[in-house]
Amino acid sequence: MRKEFAATIEALASRNEKLIFFTGDLGFMALENVRDAMGDRFINAGVSEQNMISMAAAVAAEGFTAICYSIAPFVAFRPAEQMRIDVCLHNKDVKLVGNGGGYGYGIMGSTHHAIEDIAVLSSFQNNTCFIPCCNEDVEQIVKKMVSTRGPAYLRLGYGAKTGEIRLTPYSPIRKIIDGGSVTIVGMGPIILNAIEALEAIPDAEPADIFAVSEMPIGELTEELVNSLERTGKLLIIEEHVARGGLGENLALLLMQNGVDTKLKHLCARGYPEGLYGSQGYHQASSSLDARSIREAILDLIDGR
Amino acid sequence: MAMTFEEKKLKEIKKECVLKMLALYKGAQAGHIASSLSCLDILIYIHFMQMNEQDKFVLSKGHAAAALYTVLHKCGKISPEMLQTFYKDGTLLSAHPPCGEDPLAGITFGTGSLGHGLSLATGFALSNRYSGKKFQVYCLLSDGDCNAGSTWEAGMFAAHHDLSNLVAVVDNNRLQGFGKTEEVIDMEPLEDKWRAFGFEVYKCSDGNEFRSLHEAFSRINKSESTMPKCVIASTTKGSGISYMENKLEWHYLPMDDELYETAVKEINEQ
Repeated sequence: MRKEFAATIEALASRNEKLIFFTGDLGFMALENVRDAMGDRFINAGVSEQNMISMAAAVAAEGFTAICYSIAPFVAFRPAEQMRIDVCLHNKDVKLVGNGGGYGYGIMGSTHHAIEDIAVLSSFQNNTCFIPCCNEDVEQIVKKMVSTRGPAYLRLGYGAKTGEIRLTPYSPIRKIIDGGSVTIVGMGPIILNAIEALEAIPDAEPADIFAVSEMPIGELTEELVNSLERTGKLLIIEEHVARGGLGENLALLLMQNGVDTKLKHLCARGYPEGLYGSQGYHQASSSLDARSIREAILDLIDGR
Repeated sequence: MAMTFEEKKLKEIKKECVLKMLALYKGAQAGHIASSLSCLDILIYIHFMQMNEQDKFVLSKGHAAAALYTVLHKCGKISPEMLQTFYKDGTLLSAHPPCGEDPLAGITFGTGSLGHGLSLATGFALSNRYSGKKFQVYCLLSDGDCNAGSTWEAGMFAAHHDLSNLVAVVDNNRLQGFGKTEEVIDMEPLEDKWRAFGFEVYKCSDGNEFRSLHEAFSRINKSESTMPKCVIASTTKGSGISYMENKLEWHYLPMDDELYETAVKEINEQ
């Protein structure tokens, strides 16, 4: 997704002189064109994320839109206080961009994973978290994020393509696949594993699949409520820990709105075996791979 | 607009601010009194002698907010009515400067967690390169602020990018939250550290004396260096009130009636 992100920023920067780009010394083989296009508006702040984000807040206070880029764990956690106070409590126009959300950096190890980022960042005042579900969404989301004043966090995933699926127009919660017997709601690119899971089920398209691309969810959509009233079976999937993620957010809204449904929740469980591997390995360890999702769908259909 | 140096006039401003500040602290039964007294002279000097309307000030040691509030009141940016809301429910004048999109004239950012101020000030200083504006940025740090890694991240950045419009002032009273700085983390030689990080360093032998501050800032004003500047101001925590001076507990304690009267008497006799 960072290729699409970089191309969009490069295009926006040529028209928007107010755009200032900071990186925490990352972006090799990805941000070179952005750097060349933006000239002195592109700043490598070095390995100093705390300073980068506070500086960005002050630059934003002078009327600019500041983008702060790093990999997801480095931009979400170490400078969390700078984001909380200097950006969010002051409602400054600063956008954090974290590449490789979830287990995206796979074998790089747990220091490079971000499976608690949405819990931290979606809890901050005025902040919106954007989680594109596929490469095709990145351009629209970046344009929306940059044109909407205020704090934001963009969680980029790895090379997520929807393949043959014809995407519906972007909205924060939207139906990607129309099915019927089960409602699946996923945050970001993990829905692609659900799509793969469905392809392995002979009964074609047994599920509605919804992609959530903005957190926190403020209110339910009519389309989602209608789906749940029809299916009465909900599977929530997210490459994020249970605490502070999509599941908790959505379950609270459903209860508050009196929507009654059976519920299964698949989420990041950390490192259950204490071992490391690819993103696919970690997804499987947390039952977030296509096969585990397929089993969860069949369990719901069978009433288990 | 900055005024010409008149020590007597600055001392009159200080006396008025101290008495107002003590009354605020007494009314609120609040602490951080000694921290505010430590840096009040610096705040007055920067706001009345150095700053022009477009210049920026960041109070990194946010716990000295009452000193800033009284100085901003004296500058006409905080009304007498608003000043009286200090510490009360529904106030903008909390114990640390308020956060918000644009909460108060003269307060650029809400602070209170140490280690943020120099980064914010560095961001302001950097922004001139894009906006074409030409303002000076002043940042007041505590010695405890110098424990924070982010302060030094900002220092390295400011020096690397030749942010000559940035002036950091360290209120070096040698007492931090739970001990003497030399016992907690000995930061000496502090001047050498700032110099090694790429700052032009100015020593102010007594940051509670306007003449000493004037000497340091006069040299800064004449500097043609592209380096950011740092003033290491030797100060006394609780300056001007005998029973508070160099006492750690006056970082926290409120005054009772008797101590308040003693404090006011001492200030009036100076």
